[in-house]
Amino acid sequence: MINLTAVYVLWRREMKRYFRAKSRILGSLAVPFFFLAFLGLGFSRMAVPGVTKDVQYIKYLVPGIIGMSLLFQSIFAGLSVLWDREFGFLKEIMVAPVSRVSIVLGRIAGGMTAALIQGLLVMIVSLFVGFRIRGVPELLLGLVFMVLISTSFIGLGLLFASRMKDMQGYSIIMNFVVFPLFFLSGALYPLENLPAWLRVLSRLDPLTYGVDGLRGSLLGISSLGIPLNLLVMSAISALMVFLGAWSFERSESA
Amino acid sequence: MDDIRVEQLTKKFGDFTAVDRLSFAVPSGELFGLLGPNGAGKTTTINMLATLLKPTSGSAEVAGFDVTAKRDDVRRSIGIVFQEPALDSQLTGRENLEFHAMMYGMGREDRRKRIDEVLGLVELTEKARVQVQNYSGGMKRRLEIARGLIHHPKVLFLDEPTLGLDAQTRRHIWDYIKKLNRDKGVTIILTTHYMEEADFLCGRVAIMDHGTFAALDTPEKLKDVLGGDVVSLEVEGNIGALEAEFRTLDWIKKAKLHEGIFSLTMERGDRRIPELVSVAQKAGVAVNSVNLRKPSLEDVFLYFTGKTIREHEASQADRNRAMMMVHRPRRGR
Repeated sequence: MINLTAVYVLWRREMKRYFRAKSRILGSLAVPFFFLAFLGLGFSRMAVPGVTKDVQYIKYLVPGIIGMSLLFQSIFAGLSVLWDREFGFLKEIMVAPVSRVSIVLGRIAGGMTAALIQGLLVMIVSLFVGFRIRGVPELLLGLVFMVLISTSFIGLGLLFASRMKDMQGYSIIMNFVVFPLFFLSGALYPLENLPAWLRVLSRLDPLTYGVDGLRGSLLGISSLGIPLNLLVMSAISALMVFLGAWSFERSESA
Repeated sequence: MDDIRVEQLTKKFGDFTAVDRLSFAVPSGELFGLLGPNGAGKTTTINMLATLLKPTSGSAEVAGFDVTAKRDDVRRSIGIVFQEPALDSQLTGRENLEFHAMMYGMGREDRRKRIDEVLGLVELTEKARVQVQNYSGGMKRRLEIARGLIHHPKVLFLDEPTLGLDAQTRRHIWDYIKKLNRDKGVTIILTTHYMEEADFLCGRVAIMDHGTFAALDTPEKLKDVLGGDVVSLEVEGNIGALEAEFRTLDWIKKAKLHEGIFSLTMERGDRRIPELVSVAQKAGVAVNSVNLRKPSLEDVFLYFTGKTIREHEASQADRNRAMMMVHRPRRGR
């Protein structure tokens, strides 16, 4: 059922495309960098409730910005089906004698690798603004959360992509799904500061657990606890991958 | 053996019936053409045969496999060149072929050899390492034809293979298609709305209109339906006597006189010209000029559908515009 060669070929294509679009890599690093620089430095002298004195705000911000990069990159990877549809290449993929599951897995593998590279690049950039890696186990745990975040949102992207026929809904998704997911996730500030009703909403946002998990592993501060984060993220990522694959399979491709 | 067998195949998009109870068969090794205006249902038919669209009803077999029950077997047996380019423009020509070959499960050695072979066939060996975004339209089309052939398909679908290409490139691609069919014995299903393309390439042509076949036969037989060739004779002298003489010849199917020019319809007009001239001379009429015109598929199309293909295109555009106002635009491909 799962054709490993097909998964590999699709992954390799994503990688080639990713590394060939050098300006896109640079561009996608610019936004996280500006967030870190301007927000991090701009708020550096302000006391943010919930952020302790020995952890500077800019460091507090780093896992949030990594989470943000992963979110954008992953949704984009899921939606890239739409680009393939637009440029006709989707048909070439769909007439190939491989199971649809392999196609979905190949896409997820490619998108996830690109998102991980992106996340690591942001981490490297943040080394210049004072962020420090605590140790190898913490880094690995952080990578686990990065994988879970990216698979969840690639799945979500695929789900949207199979419901849409062209790029017209793209900005709606960006404005009404991606940005709220980002702002509700506590990537920029501790959720304890939000009014109660917003805190409920933020608890429904998968990225909340992802960002808190990243913060827990990379900085050692977590408000929800790493086990809960890991549990919720694993469940959500499995569910999203399943839903994305399922709806991609059902969509008519021609 | 039949490579394509279609029974009562139907595809509906909402209320619109794109393909309406189509039945036909294509024997192995044939070059079969679907001729019709845009919106006639050609591409929808191809997409169903290529497993990209599910038929609403009816059945179809490609290379002996049912298109709904045995999709992967069908996919393995066919190659397809889509109407619009389906290449990854950020990959090189070779990488596009490599992608395809691996998706079709070819081994490394086999792959390398075969890719070299098909690149040579379409004369793109030199350009193999160039990103596809730098290819011309004709080069892209050739690359796609090469790609469609890599995995040795039994059946090759070509959806408007020369649409939007210049005359020279078109001629070039026709030669490839002919060569493929003749030398490799690949069964080819081709859609087109160019009359001369269908005429030049196809063994049999189906004239498609509003989702059904208006006619299906060899281009020659289709043209014969019109009664054969038209011979025009420009004459001077005792025209009345000549007209009487013509009426006695039973192989002249129709004779029309207009401003001193006879238009005579007959089969094999090229062989009848000497006889016509001698008949005229005996009647004491001087022949100033002779013109032989073979009926074109355009005439055939007009005969079967009551419109020229261009008139069809115009009315189709109107119909589409009307549909857009009522419904949301949808992609019917």
